Amino acid sequence: MSTERPLPRIDGSVRRVVVVGASLAGLRAAEALRDSGFDGRLTLVGEEAEFPYDRPPLSKQVLLGEAAAHDAGLPAHRPVDAEWRLGVRAAGVDPLHRQVLLADGDRLPYDRLLIATGTRARPWPVPEEAALDGVLTLRTAQDAAGLVARLDAGPRRVLVIGAGFTGSEIASACRERGLGVTVVERGPAPLVGALGGVLGKFAAEVQRAHGVDLRCGVTVTALEGSRGRLVGARLSDGSRVAADIAVVCLGAVRNTEWLDGSGLAAGPRGVACDAGCRAFDMYGIVTDEVFVAGDVARFPHPLFGYQMLSLEHWGNAVAQAEVAAHNMVSPGPRRRPHLTVPAFWSAQFGLNIKSVGVPTYSDRVVIAQGSPEEGRMVAVYGYRGRVTAAVAVNRAKWLEHYLRMIETAAPFPPPPGAADRSGEPVPVPSDVPDPRLLSHGPTVALTGHHPDRHITVVRAE
Amino acid sequence: MSTETLFRRITDYAARPDPYPLYAELREHGVARQEDGSYLVGTYDEVVQLLHDPRISSDAHSRADVDEELLRAEADGMTPAFIGLDDPEHERLRGIAMRPFGPPHSPGRIDALQDDIARIAQELIDGFDGREEVDLVDDFAYPLPVTVIGRLLGIPSGDMGQLRRWTDIVIASLDFDPGEDPAVKRRRGREAGREMADYLGDLAASRRDHPSDDLLSALVGDPGPEGAFRHEELKSTAALLLIAGHETTVNLITNGALTLMRHPEAAARLRNDPGLMPSAVEELLRYEPPVQLLPQRSPLTDIEVAGVTVPRGAPLILVLAAANRDPLRFPEPDRFDPARRDNQHLGFGSGIHSCFGAPLARVEARIALTALLARIGADAHPVEDPPPYRRSPVLRGPRHLLVRH
Ligand SMILES: Cc1cc2nc3c(=O)[nH]c(=O)nc-3n(C[C@H](O)[C@H](O)[C@H](O)COP(=O)(O)OP(=O)(O)OC[C@H]3O[C@@H](n4cnc5c(N)ncnc54)[C@H](O)[C@@H]3O)c2cc1C
Repeated sequence: MSTERPLPRIDGSVRRVVVVGASLAGLRAAEALRDSGFDGRLTLVGEEAEFPYDRPPLSKQVLLGEAAAHDAGLPAHRPVDAEWRLGVRAAGVDPLHRQVLLADGDRLPYDRLLIATGTRARPWPVPEEAALDGVLTLRTAQDAAGLVARLDAGPRRVLVIGAGFTGSEIASACRERGLGVTVVERGPAPLVGALGGVLGKFAAEVQRAHGVDLRCGVTVTALEGSRGRLVGARLSDGSRVAADIAVVCLGAVRNTEWLDGSGLAAGPRGVACDAGCRAFDMYGIVTDEVFVAGDVARFPHPLFGYQMLSLEHWGNAVAQAEVAAHNMVSPGPRRRPHLTVPAFWSAQFGLNIKSVGVPTYSDRVVIAQGSPEEGRMVAVYGYRGRVTAAVAVNRAKWLEHYLRMIETAAPFPPPPGAADRSGEPVPVPSDVPDPRLLSHGPTVALTGHHPDRHITVVRAE
Repeated sequence: MSTETLFRRITDYAARPDPYPLYAELREHGVARQEDGSYLVGTYDEVVQLLHDPRISSDAHSRADVDEELLRAEADGMTPAFIGLDDPEHERLRGIAMRPFGPPHSPGRIDALQDDIARIAQELIDGFDGREEVDLVDDFAYPLPVTVIGRLLGIPSGDMGQLRRWTDIVIASLDFDPGEDPAVKRRRGREAGREMADYLGDLAASRRDHPSDDLLSALVGDPGPEGAFRHEELKSTAALLLIAGHETTVNLITNGALTLMRHPEAAARLRNDPGLMPSAVEELLRYEPPVQLLPQRSPLTDIEVAGVTVPRGAPLILVLAAANRDPLRFPEPDRFDPARRDNQHLGFGSGIHSCFGAPLARVEARIALTALLARIGADAHPVEDPPPYRRSPVLRGPRHLLVRH
């Protein structure tokens, strides 16, 4: 019989936890920490002055006037008994002394640090044009309130730059409000960066059928103003669009600059971490005290060739935060990996789009159920003969079946025989464009192939 | 013992009070082929997998042994309700029915009923006064959901007795009773179903000109983007909503009351902390689900389940109640734990056919059991345990539950 004492459930030496980023991942991590029995000191630092709120409604219900921008508070699952430092930015980390530096000069000591600083909207690259009245982005509740006020004022035409998920959802809301909208997308179709060619073509048809003036394969070369106000845009095909609002939907920038000098592997693609959410330092050595979760993290995933993944997915932020929280206070052998299959949803033009897996990690796609003509379908994606993703359009309840296939690396194409198939399913190339051809950043990025030359390497002492 | 007769033993009336040992046997055997060519599945993973497999049909026409009676009824113009259809027809009809019932278009309909339900529950409980013994089925668990669904649909209360008689015949026709000729029983069931559907169709038609705020009025009112029901579709859907809208909740409430009397510590905990009731209702749906099995599935192509090939068209019976107690999914599955976490039970099924009325059933069970616990003391107990059960192995629950309180 063993005389060894059982491993304690939580590591009692962890007394002070600091979470930087008080949004979805930060809040869910704080709750999970308390759930796990952590009773030490917990501090949440957030640059926004508001308590954590939910972003997905900002480009959907909020724009339609069905919910107020400042009303989308995240439901608290349990009291977190934390010290909230809201409206203040974290400006740096001193890993040697285990302190977070705040912009107001304070220093917060930690035994464990969680980085959950997410992303911000990528601004229009020309500062003078970005500063024109009427040029907006959409990431925060404040952004949404501003955009709603503009839409309420009844603009003659809205220009949406970039037809990723956010851009397409904004275009949808504008059409539902009866506003004229022009969408300009550098790539061949809307959503093509996330979903590939087949669904991209479908999305283009849907947008046009809803009266969107959709221009693909085109870029905005300049935003034009008159007396400080936006009046229109010039496009790369030589045409001009008159618009009083432009919403810049060029994807997201990861909030990692504050980590410059920290010695962590932090850069434009996010903060790299292991499967247990422990951050890597700049030498690729895993840290024991610093953890990462949510949009700002990039992590290896075994189902996708151990590629480093960056996800801008609500569900990933929640799942990863829970794993990070668990691992922060658990002794080594009790730590868990974050292996959740990526999942994402979007609502636009009356369609409920839901994705599982990584559609861009594919070479072929097949419509396994329904059809584009019916406006309902399940597209299944495969890479080298196994299922890696599925996207449902108005057919979300079937996804669990395909999730199982992804989890078990089931052969692609999936076997025929579905009740609602129309015709014999034929796999075609998935046509995932090079991300550089898109106006917007992809919300799912495989970041392992290209060695990341942009990482700021800063030597610690 | 061979598993060839397992289903016969499960459906045998003697098994009704405690089918769980037979379900354990079923899980041991994986996918169990029966002597009549049907297949039984009762392990959690496999049941979930099949509930989400688009190659599994709920349409009776997909069966190799298509029921003659069904074809005859259809030739007469009867259409099956969405519970017996596959996508895309299933999705279309369910979508039209969902529009006035739940989110996103009608998020408030069930919430708005809460006060009504609480009042009905209280009135029934007030009827316990001065009686030492009550029948929790006849005096409480049955009239509550019947009154609620009647009001929701907008059925005159005087007609509910007739609707009950039709319902009883329809439910009896779904049973597996070796003593009876199944064809005769099914025909009787379909006749009752048709009369009920005709009644509801006439009622709905009368709402077209005189709408009120009930569900039938909404269903014949303005169509949404999914379009409107044809009259035959409206009839079968209304009949489905009526039957499924109370038959199952009766058992949920009765099974719940019985389970709580058998577990006085849990009852005491819930009396002290009514906030635990939503979680307790989920546990009841796992532990004593009102719908024990789904008898009407079949594969559209040969499929492999846990190493067994189930041939196209074979009857496939998914035993939800067995999956709910699979030790591979739920720690200590035979323990009733009102605070159980990670409780993804199959009490409402799962996948595209997952219970349409689940939000209503949850609210009713929560309100009913809370009100009941507040009224009956810690020493309340069944006069007979086990109590006499209803015949059905599918919709399982006590026929009477005499309680001394
Ligand atoms: C308009 C919109 C619609 C969306 N729709 C969907 C959808 O339909 N489905 C879906 O799956 N996902 C959707 N998402 C994505 C989803 O909202 C994100 O995945 C999620 O918010 C990520 O949470 P997070 O906590 O990691 O990061 P964030 O929500 O970005 O939060 C990071 C927080 O950290 C703060 N912060 C940053 N730097 C610092 C610093 N130095 N110091 C202190 N605080 C700092 C920021 O102010 C911010 O509050 C949508 C996002 C947006 C913007």
